[in-house]
Formats: sequence, C-alpha cells, structure tokens
Amino acid sequence: MSTFLQQLVNGITWGSVYALIALGYTMVYGILRLINFAHGDVYMLGAFVGLYTATWLRAGENPSLGHAAVVLLAAMLACGAIGIVIERAAYKPVRHSSRLSALITAIGVSLFLENGGVLLFGPDPRFFPQIVAAKIIPLGGGVTISNQQIIILGVSLALMFALRFIVLHTRVGKAMQAVSYSHTAASLMGISVDRIITFTFMLGSMLAAAAGVLVALQNPKIEPYMGVLPGLKAFVAAVLGGIGNIPGAVIGGLVMGVAEVLVTGYVSPTYRDAIAFVLLIVILLVRPAGILGKSQAEKV
Amino acid sequence: MRRALGPIAVLLLLAGLDVALPRLINPYLFQIVVLCGINVILAVSLNLVNGFTGQFSIGHAGFMAVGAYGSAMFSLHVGQKWADALAAAHLPGAIATGLPLLAALLLGGLLAAAAGWLVGLPSLRLRGDYLAIVTLGFGEIIRVIITNVNAVGAARGLPGIPGWVDFFWVGLGVVAVIVVAVNLAHSTHGRALFAIRDDEVAAEALGVDTTRYKVLAFVYGAFFAGVAGGLFAHYLSYLNPNSFTFLKSIEVIAMVVLGGLGSISGSVLAAIILTLLPEVLRPVKDYRMVLYSLMLIVLMITRPGGLLGNRELRLPWRKRQTASGTGLA
Amino acid sequence: MTAPADAPLLQLDDVTMQFGGLKAVSGLSLTLGRGELVGLIGPNGAGKTTVFNLITGVYAPSAGRIVFEGKPINGKKPHAIARGGITRTFQNIRLFSSLSCRDNVAIAGHAHSRAGLTDALLRTRRFAEDERELQSLSSAMLERLGLTRFADTRATELPYGQQRRLEIARALAGRPRLLLLDEPAAGLNPQESEDLMRIIQELRTQLELTILLIEHDMRVVMGICGRIAVLDYGVKIAEGSPERIRRDPRVIEAYLGEEVPTAPPS
Repeated sequence: MSTFLQQLVNGITWGSVYALIALGYTMVYGILRLINFAHGDVYMLGAFVGLYTATWLRAGENPSLGHAAVVLLAAMLACGAIGIVIERAAYKPVRHSSRLSALITAIGVSLFLENGGVLLFGPDPRFFPQIVAAKIIPLGGGVTISNQQIIILGVSLALMFALRFIVLHTRVGKAMQAVSYSHTAASLMGISVDRIITFTFMLGSMLAAAAGVLVALQNPKIEPYMGVLPGLKAFVAAVLGGIGNIPGAVIGGLVMGVAEVLVTGYVSPTYRDAIAFVLLIVILLVRPAGILGKSQAEKV
Repeated sequence: MRRALGPIAVLLLLAGLDVALPRLINPYLFQIVVLCGINVILAVSLNLVNGFTGQFSIGHAGFMAVGAYGSAMFSLHVGQKWADALAAAHLPGAIATGLPLLAALLLGGLLAAAAGWLVGLPSLRLRGDYLAIVTLGFGEIIRVIITNVNAVGAARGLPGIPGWVDFFWVGLGVVAVIVVAVNLAHSTHGRALFAIRDDEVAAEALGVDTTRYKVLAFVYGAFFAGVAGGLFAHYLSYLNPNSFTFLKSIEVIAMVVLGGLGSISGSVLAAIILTLLPEVLRPVKDYRMVLYSLMLIVLMITRPGGLLGNRELRLPWRKRQTASGTGLA
Repeated sequence: MTAPADAPLLQLDDVTMQFGGLKAVSGLSLTLGRGELVGLIGPNGAGKTTVFNLITGVYAPSAGRIVFEGKPINGKKPHAIARGGITRTFQNIRLFSSLSCRDNVAIAGHAHSRAGLTDALLRTRRFAEDERELQSLSSAMLERLGLTRFADTRATELPYGQQRRLEIARALAGRPRLLLLDEPAAGLNPQESEDLMRIIQELRTQLELTILLIEHDMRVVMGICGRIAVLDYGVKIAEGSPERIRRDPRVIEAYLGEEVPTAPPS
C-alpha cells in the first residue's frame, strides 16, 4: 500500500509538470486551432536558460531557494519572449493558410529549435546544477517526498492558480476567452486579436519554461531533444482533458502522470512511453472531445 | 495484345537500365538513385492520402516500418529457402531471387495495407487534427513495439536480410505507384477523392461514400509505403527502428508539400530534390537539419502550394480527351 | 416493391429535431406528391435548412419518421439517400473548388457508375464506357443549365449566378426523383431570378422531378410553387396554395418586422 501511495506522490508530481506543459498546448489550440509542435521545445529551452542562469549565479555552489526563484523567473521571461518571437515570425504569416500548412510550419519550428539547440548547446547532455539542497521528508507509512517534489508541486499549483485568475478575472483573460470562441466576433468587440494571440503564446511559453526548470531540479540531465517526448505526452494529456479546455489540461496532465508512474511501477518500465499513445488512441476512439470537452458539430 | 505493348516496353526499359546503370555510375550515385526511387514511392503514396483526399496522415513511416519488417521476416524465414530451391533447380538468378522478393514485397505491402485499414477505419471519422495525432501515435507505437520485440532484432536491428533489390525492382515499384496514382486521378474514383478534399459534406450529399473512400486512400497509401519499406529492407540488408521515426514521416510530408499537395509529378520531383539535398548539403552537414527546418517554415509562409500547386507537369505528347481530376492540367 | 402511383413521394410524419435544449424542428408533418413543386418558407432560423438536412440524412430525426417512395429513410447515411434518388443544393454554395464545372457535375454521377476501382486502375473497357457515359451525362446537364461554355473552367471562377446554376446541374446529375433546392435565387438579380424560375419549371416537366424549394424571394415562390408550407420556430404554421398563404394572418405575423411577402399582381 505504501508503494502505491508513493507512486501516487510521484505520479502527481510528474502530472503537475505535464499539466503545466499541457496548458500551453490547450490555450494555443483553443485560440488558433493549431497544434503547436514546437511547444515541447520551449520546455527544453526553459531548462537550458535555467542552466545558464544558474551557472552565472553560481547557484550550484550556494544552493538556495532564492537562487532557484531567480533561475525560474529568468527562464520564464526568456521563453515568454521566445514564444512571442516564434508566434510573430512563423505562425502569424500562416494564420490564414490551410490547417496542414500551419501544422507543417509548427513541425518546422520544432525541428529548428531542436537542431538549433544542438548547434548552440552541443549534442551532449549537460548537467543542471543542484540549486536547491536535496532533502527527503517522510510523510508517514513509508511514503516520502523530496523537497524538490514539494517545490514542483508548489510552483505548479501557484502558476495554475495564477493562470486561472488571469483567464477568469482579468480583462485580458476574458478577451482570451472571447478570441477562442470567435476571432471575428472578438475583433468586432474591439479586441485586438493579434495582441491576444501573442499574449496567449507568451503565457503558454512561460509555463512550459517553468516546467523545464522544475523538471531539471529533479532530473538534472538536459539535452536539446529532451522536449520531444514530454511535449508529445503533454499534448496527449491536453487531448485527454479536452483540447482547448484549461481545467481539462490540468486533469489530463495529472491522469497522464499517474498512469505513467503506475505502469512503470506495476507493469514494466519499457512501456512507459507507450502509455501515452495508448491513452491517445483510446480517448480518440471512445471520446474524442476529451474528458471535459464538448464536441462541435459542423453547420451544414 | 496491343494493350500489353506499353507494360512490356516499360519492363524492358527497366531491365535495360538495371543492366546499364551500375556500369555507368559509381556505387555511391547508384545508392542515391535507389533511395530516390524509394522516396518517390513514399511521397506519391502519401500524396494519395494527404494530397488527393485532403486527410492529415503524419505517421507514414509506421506503414513503411510494417512493410519493411514484415517482408524482411518473410525473406529470412521463408523466402530464402525458396530462393535456394529455385537456384538449385537451375533457374536463372534473376528469377530465383525475383520470385521470393516479389512475394516478400507484396506481403509487406499487404501487411501495411491491413495496418492502414485498422488505423483508418475508426479514425477517419475524426476531425483533421485528430486524425493527424492518431497517425502520429500509430507511427510511434509501431516503432516502440519494434524496438521492444527481440524476434525482429529490437533496438539492435535486424541484419542479414537478403539483398535482392536492384534498380529493376525499385523502378518497378516507382512505375507501379505512379500508374496507380495517375489512373486513379483520372477516374471517377479519383474525382471522388478530390471532392472529399474540397467539400466532404457536399460529396457525401451527392452520393459519395466518404468514409469508404477515405479508408481506401489510406489503405492504398499504406500498401505502397509497405512496398517501399520492403524495397528498403532488401536493399540495405539491414533494418534499424531508428530509420522509421517521426522524423522520417516528416521528411515524406515535406516531399509531398514541397511538390504540391495533389500533384503526382510534384511529389516525384520533390522526392528527388529532397533525397539529393542532404548529399548536396554534406559539406555543411551540421547545419543540414537547421536549414531543412527553415526551408519548411519559409516554404509554408511564402508558397504553401509547393512547386506545382495541385497541377501536373505538362507532358507534351499527352492529349487528354477526358477532363482531368487533378486540377486542370 | 415501389409505392403505388398516387401514393406520396415523400412523407414526413411528426418529425422533430432537437439539438440539446433547442428544438429546431418540432412535430413537422409534410407530404409531397409525385411531380409537385412545393415551397418551404419562413423567417430566418425557422428550421428550413434543418428540414433539408433531415431529409438528406445529415441529421437523424430525434423523433418521427421520414418515408420516401414508401420506404423509411431516417437514419440512413447521406450518400445512400442520394443514391436512392434525393439530391440537393446548398444555401451557401458548396462547389468543389479545385475541380472544373464538368468534373463537379460528374461527381454526382459517381453513385451510379458501374466501373469499380480495379476497372479504373487497369483501364478496362468497362471503365472506358463508364467514363464516356459520365462525361456525356455531365455535358447534358451543363447544357440544360446553359453552362456548356464553362465546362472546363474551374468552378469557383464562375460568376455567382452561374455557380448557383452549376449546383443545380450537379444535383440533377445524381438522377434524383426528388430535388431539394436551398435558396437557389439568393443573390440573383431580378432577370436572373426570372430565368431561374423558367429553368426550374422546365426541369420539372422535362425530367419528371418532384421539387421542394426553400426560398426567401417571394416572387419566385409565389410564381412557381403549387403549394407552400410555412415554418416558424420549427413549427409548421400554415400550408396551402400561394393565394391562401399570401392572405394568412399567421404568416404575415411571422414575417412582421421582416420583409412582408410581396407577391406578383394576380
């Protein structure tokens, strides 16, 4: 039983990371009907920006929460900017082209970031310094939690609440909701659709960057292709929860994280990556709209 | 009898080139020609799905893998014995290896077609992006399965596949896929696919069984991808799951998009260009992928219709009496 | 087993279509006899196109039955219904944008083609005959609608009025016994509407068609329909001859605030 609870703890921790990344996918899809293939690579960039910031701060030599906060912030700000650049340079020009064109552009950006990363950072894995002293805290009943996991959970939760606040209680957030319903209607209401789209990309990228840093706290090995699998899985999580639906992304992320950890623990580690795709096939065949999604019929 | 003249002429031409080419060009160039051929088959077959029918299939490498491994396993365990028996019966080498190879290729193609049917049937009722994701997932699942099954070599790869493929067989595959694509395009069935691409609702309302046709395109596309995989396996004599990643699927999509969705000659042209490109860019090998990805992005922004849009290269000696289906060539 | 000659061609029995909480069509009963030209009118959003979608199988009715030539067709897929003799045009033109006019029309003939895929791939004699038949069918329909000179032009390059005619030519190539026309006169100038009225009447007699017509242009409706049914909020509020409908107070009320039906001087 304690193993199961331990798995649960680990699963929920991973799940929050997936949720952070999934949120970016779901927001962009909701607003543009675009699957942003490059999103997972922004997560990777977040980890690398964090790496460089941490090295510059010599945080590895003086681990502290303060340093961690600075690293996190730097990664989020840098990737927020990168998200804006990607949107303006690559996605805006194809916004009115066919969906396949947009999809291929996204794939192109993803490849560009990955291979550019190889050129910039070198293909060999780098090691994220330990910027927070590691401590294991027993929770009772043989279940433990590391302080890194606590940080991951805490920061994820805080970011999710912040996002929720923005979307539900600010003018910008309401504008985001409007744009996701209809670009035309929103622009007729005086909303600058372009600005809202850019803003959405920025938010999503910031969350992905945060995920990148948080993961690096626990799994210090980072390399330019590290975003591929987590990106794919987070996307599946977003679909699972209902793509375009923000609470759905959180639920999907948690389900994905827990499912993965349980399969690794009780079935076999080799199938860990396959779980995502199995879940994907199942959800698309059984309930394509996802757990919280609504199916949309086409007007004839 | 007169109708058989065309095909016979083609076969003779292929046989002739098969003998002549190795004497005219060095092995390195020859390998490129073979790879061009395989990529042409992949591109044209994907065009049937993405270009003709307007569906988003982005897991083509998965079908190629099914065909590659399926045909390879057949040859290793059954085909080789046939070849030995035929050779022992003093049949000429080309037939002794040709027959088992043909069987292997057809088997690979049929296995891939079956996979296409299994994947396509339930998912073709899904909206565009969702279908893309399912096909992506399928491609990855196949690769994960292959990587974990020891009988097909798992991550180490599958060596020792008989290297029976030469120019003739690749050429035959190319001719076959192009003939199928062209004949399909200039028929009511091809028009049905284009109609589905342009407006599925209207097509259905006018009597086209859209689900059946979408699955059909999928299955045919998968079949030829499987054949391409079989050719690949029996040329390299070695298979590794890393040849069938999502990146491979993207490369094929890039060919179809560069050539122009819906244009058969476009796919052929683009497949050749994109097979040659890595060789041409060898000096800047490290930058190759970055340049490649930039090309995709720039292409989509500036000329999403690709090189030929959905038109075909005009062949001067072809006078079409009936209206064509692929645009107005 | 076909229905007897004087039995209705199409019968809607108490048909309801519900989308979530909204009843787009409610308890509609409507009968069409062979050879009739019936108009379906009503304010915007009254559910008229939904009725078309129900008949053609795009939606399956939430309740009620739809019977065509004596056989129920609810729940059948649209392509089967088209094959069975009911074709339509669309309120927002839905032509096949990458195809020529000739090919657009030929698509509708696809359902009745006899050459299979293998015939096409192997270019058998059956395929050649079939193609010839499809092409001549296509040419014939184009000619009927006066579009022969546009045969090889891309459909979307046609002027608007001709595109509407092309949709009709296309629907006809499906060899329907029942033709559903959804606002065929929308956006046409008075001269074009006159021509359209004449064409529809000619088609009906020459091809022995039964026609159900949705239209907002009252001149067209009053001019050619033998009978009119009026829908408002999904419910049939009146039915009868054009003269009766013109004077019906419920109909006038339904249109109040919208264009009051103007009829040609009788």
